[in-house]
Amino acid sequence: MHILAFLIRRAAQAMVVMFVISIIGFSIQDNLGDPLRELVGQSVSEAEREALRDELGLNDPFLVQYARFLGNAVQGDLGTSYFFKRPAIEVILDKFPATFELVLGAVFIFVSVSIPAGIYCAIHRDSWLSRIIMTGSIVGISIPVFLTAIFMVWLFGVELGWLPAFGRGDTVTLPWGWDTGFLTWDGISHLILPSITLSSIMLPLFIRLIRAEMLEAMGTDYVRFARAKGLSTWRVRYVHAFRNTLLPVVTVGGLMIGTLIAYTILTETVFQWPGMGFLFLEAVNRVDTPLIIAYIIVVGLIFVVVNTIVDFIYTLINPMVKLPGAKG
Amino acid sequence: MISFSAFVKRFFSDPVAIGAGVVLLVLVLMAVLAPLIAPQNPYDPLQLDIMDSEMPPSWKPGGDDRFLLGTDAQGRGVLSTIMYGTGISLLIGVGAVIVQAVLGITLGLIAGYKGGWIDSFLMRLADIQLSLSTLMMAIIALALFQAAFDANTYADYAIIMLIMVIGIAEWPKFARTVRSSVLGEKKKEYVDAARVIGLPARRIMWGHILPNTLTPVLVISTIQVAEAIMIEASLSFLGLGMPTDRPSLGSLIRSGFEFIFSGSWWITLYPALVLIALVLSLNLLGDWLRDVLNPKLRRGED
Repeated sequence: MHILAFLIRRAAQAMVVMFVISIIGFSIQDNLGDPLRELVGQSVSEAEREALRDELGLNDPFLVQYARFLGNAVQGDLGTSYFFKRPAIEVILDKFPATFELVLGAVFIFVSVSIPAGIYCAIHRDSWLSRIIMTGSIVGISIPVFLTAIFMVWLFGVELGWLPAFGRGDTVTLPWGWDTGFLTWDGISHLILPSITLSSIMLPLFIRLIRAEMLEAMGTDYVRFARAKGLSTWRVRYVHAFRNTLLPVVTVGGLMIGTLIAYTILTETVFQWPGMGFLFLEAVNRVDTPLIIAYIIVVGLIFVVVNTIVDFIYTLINPMVKLPGAKG
Repeated sequence: MISFSAFVKRFFSDPVAIGAGVVLLVLVLMAVLAPLIAPQNPYDPLQLDIMDSEMPPSWKPGGDDRFLLGTDAQGRGVLSTIMYGTGISLLIGVGAVIVQAVLGITLGLIAGYKGGWIDSFLMRLADIQLSLSTLMMAIIALALFQAAFDANTYADYAIIMLIMVIGIAEWPKFARTVRSSVLGEKKKEYVDAARVIGLPARRIMWGHILPNTLTPVLVISTIQVAEAIMIEASLSFLGLGMPTDRPSLGSLIRSGFEFIFSGSWWITLYPALVLIALVLSLNLLGDWLRDVLNPKLRRGED
């Protein structure tokens, strides 16, 4: 019953966000450049233009045009890219695996570093290593991601020459058309620098968050009781205390999705990673309107889907679960 | 709250605060006085000579005493471009935070004081806007702005657009902070007293409650300026911010980036160091202010 209410509320919210995005997409399509010029060039007479405008439906009332745009969008038709001469949605989705694997690599690094580091800083709060980590994290917050990226390229790519710094390397096409870089050493070595860069912006924030939450959890009554009951230190720390730090971490993680997508644009630009963000910037420079719209809509969808998943995980790991939207 | 003299005393007993304060002061002075003290006006074509291009810093072989930190591809002194660029970065950072503060304080006061559906609506809006990410919204807004106008119009309005976009995107942070202070203040007796003598709601909100909510506003302002400067730098680095003929620190780094691999590292390195110093000193001061003025506030929470 509650699950149903939750789902309905979530779906309503997702629809509001997607509605706003579709309005933005539509108004761009209508106002950025003249679609006729893109289609026929300068040499067509004014009368022919007017006829073509009618035929294309450019003279229809606003609502009719918007309904047509929405109908096409729902069927996955977001127009044809001016530059690639292919459906915009296809061009974007071709680049999706590259961005997805970059994010996956970053999340892997970031989870395997921030959790141990955060817990360590909470348990040994006065050791010299914790102090270094805590000081390093405020310096880390102050370094913009594109500078980290440039530094990585310069140090490991150019000066030391240890790792490739541009592009994606060799990829293998999986049966369902997904290009993966995970299956060749060349692909993995290309992934290392960009994913370290992408994870580096989230790291300081999450180390601090996990440390703060862990410190708070260790001072609560139930942890003291668990200790008094004679449970081992290990069990108290990692099963009882740590479990409760996960809630705020998941919440903040959900809030960071949009930021993470924005940072993929910066990371991909520096490393010339052939993903969606890099493609988007190229589309902006070429005023490739259908591609810009397609990117915004795909990113909006990803945002809505991930946020819903995060909300679900949240309700799963919260022992005092109360689904939002199921008040009373 | 602590008294002003105690505040000054704590500042001068904290080496980190002094260090950050000095760095910030030097950078701000450097930026404000740039037209007077910069060795060169890098945006006056008459003072540029293409023969001076890509010179290394003056202590390196091939360097020139006129250009302490070397020159870029157009023969502009890197030191001079940094001085002017820091000014533009600071102008946008402070301008955006003023917009955020005006919007956020107004809406936060209304939400906290009026309550009811206005409050729920504004806070719901704030939640959605915060989860969308400022950088992402700014990238999309400026990409559209750039695609919609020609290069000259864009260059003329870039600074205003950046201030407005970063300002509007971040109002929820101020609104939430002000609202939670207002909720605390509203129950106090002085507000009841003001209401009983018949003062209008607007007067109570702005004249009586607002002054008591300004401490947390001051704390977040410092960190917000640092964040706004970072966002502006990221946008300019992507080519969506300040144009290269009126560069901020971010656009300087962008135009230097392509020369790193031909060995001209100084065009990128020095603006990058100044950017980090600027943001770091603001962040450290913000953290210090928070610890001193309001120990309950924590970064990333409200």
